[in-house]
Amino acid sequence: MIKLSDIEKVYQTKSIETVALQHVNLEVPKGEFLSIMGPSGCGKSTLLNIMGLLDVPSKGVVEIDGQTILSYKDKELAHIRNQKIGFVFQSYHLVQDLSVLDNVELPLLYRSGISGSERSKRAKIALEKVGLSARTRHYPSQLSGGQRQRVAIARALIGQPEIILADEPTGNLDSVMGEEIMNILLDLNREDGTTIVMVTHDENMALKTERLIRFFDGQQVSDARMYDFQKV
Amino acid sequence: MLKNYLKIAWKVLLRRRFFTFISLFGISFTLMVLMVVTSLFDHVFGPQMPEREMNRLLFVNIMRKQLDNGHTQSGPPSYHFLNRHVRTLETPENVSVNSVFVTVNSYVNNRKLALDLKFTDQAFWEILDFNFLEGRAFGQQETDNASRVAVINQSTRDKYFGSGEAVGQTIEVDQVKYRVIGVVEDVPVLRLHSYADVWVPVTLRSKDFNKADLNGEYFATIKARQSADIPKIKEEYAQMMHQVELSHPEKGIKLYSFPDSVLESFARNFLGNGRENKTAFLYGILALVAFLFMLLPAINLVNINISRILERSSEIGVRKAFGASSATIIGQFLIENIFLTLLGGLLGFVLSALVLELINDSGLITYADLSLNLRVFGWGLLLCLVFGLLSGVYPAFKMSRLQPVEALKGGTK
Repeated sequence: MIKLSDIEKVYQTKSIETVALQHVNLEVPKGEFLSIMGPSGCGKSTLLNIMGLLDVPSKGVVEIDGQTILSYKDKELAHIRNQKIGFVFQSYHLVQDLSVLDNVELPLLYRSGISGSERSKRAKIALEKVGLSARTRHYPSQLSGGQRQRVAIARALIGQPEIILADEPTGNLDSVMGEEIMNILLDLNREDGTTIVMVTHDENMALKTERLIRFFDGQQVSDARMYDFQKV
Repeated sequence: MLKNYLKIAWKVLLRRRFFTFISLFGISFTLMVLMVVTSLFDHVFGPQMPEREMNRLLFVNIMRKQLDNGHTQSGPPSYHFLNRHVRTLETPENVSVNSVFVTVNSYVNNRKLALDLKFTDQAFWEILDFNFLEGRAFGQQETDNASRVAVINQSTRDKYFGSGEAVGQTIEVDQVKYRVIGVVEDVPVLRLHSYADVWVPVTLRSKDFNKADLNGEYFATIKARQSADIPKIKEEYAQMMHQVELSHPEKGIKLYSFPDSVLESFARNFLGNGRENKTAFLYGILALVAFLFMLLPAINLVNINISRILERSSEIGVRKAFGASSATIIGQFLIENIFLTLLGGLLGFVLSALVLELINDSGLITYADLSLNLRVFGWGLLLCLVFGLLSGVYPAFKMSRLQPVEALKGGTK
């Protein structure tokens, strides 16, 4: 589903060169729930952004669903993001000026041939899936952190993407809320077969996924499947 | 998509009230001032009743004498000069010689009424397009006979006769009785060559006719057969002036008098020292002032828009992450800006109409009838749109080119 080959990311300023990622080779098969762990600044979010075509690597090749994303134009990248990928961010990134329903509908706005009523119908289904169907007319500022993250998940899944990339989805939530969000993601993976890559700081959450890789100083230092988690 | 963008635009306007107020105020106030100024400009220099055919009209209102000792003497020309040298020009279709208006007193029911009186010939009525509400203008015979007849304006009729008919009745102006033969719509005071409250035959002032001096208290209004004849008239006038200068008894004297449009005359007298045609220079100054005037709110608007869009960089990042291309993002901000500008334009239109109405009613400009100039409004709105687009779309364009991840972080890179 996702294949990264020899990925390198270097941030260059006038005087400093910071290597965020180096020699990253990673393959995420279809339907896998992968979690990425590592200390702050080790490059895990950068990696997730590169996977999601939100950022470009300084070196290396990204393949999504067999397509090599090399020299793709802005419009083509936007199309792939829209069709194949859904994002969940730590700080939710909901549009404050839009209602819950409008926020969830957002990805469908950029798909042709979907009417307003169809968008609204699908958004309601997505909100029902995350248990928020009673809050469609609310605005993000009227919701709790957990509710906001559920809206963000509904937005990520409305377009039925094959991949969901979640950057510390439980990072701003208490343990109960975090558990709820994690369960939604696990259900999505198990029931719909959605490929999920999640960056997390929470060992307990990571242990619920089927594969865990660890990063340190921009490099992958371990890759473990669920059965040998205890060895990691 | 468009409906959604409009919905967002409306919500953004409602939620960011301070920004909305500043933007709308900037756009509508700028437009309003622009509209009022251009309306005034149009009122003074544009085609208006009774000087409707401005492209065929020329006015002579200054005779400037430069003596060989360097002194200059300047003022309206004399009846003698205009009658003898200007009325006899061959190129024009018609020439009227009429006096500068003089303020005289009249009494209605023991109440003093100050009226502006103008002495004129019958050509004056042929050349200009007055709107007659009653009666007619005086003709050749009445002018030749120096008949005591008068054409009055609507306001004078109302003050004198209330709502009743005026034609056939008598008014007493400056202790002279005139029979009213016509009533015309009020002419604004800014139309100096045509304006008066009462118009009477010029022959009633025949004592001025034989004063041989070049300066006096008269204007000439010249009408060309067609606008293409204007340069020819100016050329013939220049030749005539050369002859007058040569035949003048005082040697070494230089004479300056020109048949000008209202705007040319204004530019020549205020910027060209009464000699040079400075119309282009005047346009340059006006354009510069208008540009500077619009520049300040535009810069302000650009500033507000940039900070507003920076504030919304996270939204841009989210939209890009979920499939919006750079072009779509620019489109969204384009629509938001057009929406805001049109709203500001609408407000500006209403404000302009109110202010013009206020000026008309205030009596600040006698008989002012300032009206909205739709052409100017269109141009003003277009300018605002351009500024709005530049100020809104340029930062959006910059932001849309960021990698989504940078936009999500707030466009820091």
